Amino acid sequence: METLSITRRLDVKGFNCPIPIVKTAIQMKQMASGEMLEVLATDPGSVPDFNAWSKTTGNALVEQTQEGGIYRFVLKKR
Amino acid sequence: MPSQVIVLGGGVGGTIAANLVSKELGPEAKVTLIDPVGMHLYQPGFLYVALGQANGRWLAQDERRLLRDEVDLMIDRAVRIDPENRSIALARGGTIGYDYLVLATGARLAREEIPGLVEGAHDFYSLEGAIRLREVLRTFPGGKIVMGVAGIPYKCPPAPVEFVFMLEEFLRKRGIREKSAITLASPLNRAFTIEATSKLVQPILEARGIELGTFFNVEAVMPDKKVVTSIEGEELPYDLLVLVPPHRGAQVIEDSGLGDERGWVPVSRATLQHEKFNTIFAIGDATNLPISKSGSTAHFEAPVVASQIAARIRGTTAKENYGGRVMCFLETGHHQATTIRFDYQHPPVSPQPSLQWHVAKWAFNRLYWQTVPQGRVA
Repeated sequence: METLSITRRLDVKGFNCPIPIVKTAIQMKQMASGEMLEVLATDPGSVPDFNAWSKTTGNALVEQTQEGGIYRFVLKKR
Repeated sequence: MPSQVIVLGGGVGGTIAANLVSKELGPEAKVTLIDPVGMHLYQPGFLYVALGQANGRWLAQDERRLLRDEVDLMIDRAVRIDPENRSIALARGGTIGYDYLVLATGARLAREEIPGLVEGAHDFYSLEGAIRLREVLRTFPGGKIVMGVAGIPYKCPPAPVEFVFMLEEFLRKRGIREKSAITLASPLNRAFTIEATSKLVQPILEARGIELGTFFNVEAVMPDKKVVTSIEGEELPYDLLVLVPPHRGAQVIEDSGLGDERGWVPVSRATLQHEKFNTIFAIGDATNLPISKSGSTAHFEAPVVASQIAARIRGTTAKENYGGRVMCFLETGHHQATTIRFDYQHPPVSPQPSLQWHVAKWAFNRLYWQTVPQGRVA
């Protein structure tokens, strides 16, 4: 499996919607096209939120996994 | 020798906590509430002021009248808290010591954090802001009105949705609804954070011709161009812009190193005790808990803090923990409202909007002064 090159990491564990999305938007704004952001969250609502956000903004959701109540998203700046 | 209990802040949380600690402990505690002004404001009323439905007279009362006689009221501002020595430095000079401290210092608005916001946007998050907005709406000739959110978290999550519903009705009454376009710019892809409530209100927004802008987190306001921009790179033109300003914790919390990077106090979600200092508790908007910043939250938390402090003073087990209970009204206009109720164990539920809930909110607004700050309603 290809290992993703993560440029930035954002930990929003313990924060509920809409904070994960808002903090992600702020991080992505500061990143260059092609860079990857890894987000760790515990809010189950973040799954549909990140999928919708990715579709709307065009920043690809490259990977999403869940383990032990922690959701991991990797987004690529368009 | 009575234990010294200090409550910082005379809002709903601080007032109830002071009253309940005093009631529970009697002569075992000397309770002092410190507030910079000594006037208790009913913040849910600002929205009504902005839309010309309240004149401000029922929004404020003398804090002294809401406190038990045994509670001392000190009109001053805390400037620095020393948790190691359990003492508070005051703006008018001197210090005051405590055995237990309740931080009910609320949230402060940080309008200056968003470029152009002060010059270009209105808000109903302060009395003067609400009155200013009211005066503008009185003579507004019609046009594009945008309601947006310029910072998370903020007090009263339903407020932007309530505002556009009540605004729609207001414009209709003024006869300028046809000349106006209303947009609710939401930070998410739905009207409200809570999915169930969004599903309820979105069809009503659509039926009333209120546009929903999604994934719009305000970045800046350009008052010259009358455009508000988002972090996501979008722009919305406006003739009248209303924004929820950025919020942060009170200055004294930040200056004392008792909060996180935004000044919110980190506490246990069950006991509301400070994560680091076991003689400090926090209530309401001041905490970092990932739950709604709402009057109801402070209202339900205050008895828990009172119970926790009483137990510690007496060396017994506290009767109550905070179960995450929150209860909000949401006005949907045209004499209807719904409610949002949830806690740590139960997801939010909202009934279909009805006259009954609109009347309930009206009644709560009126009966608040006789029942809530005194701790008479659980």
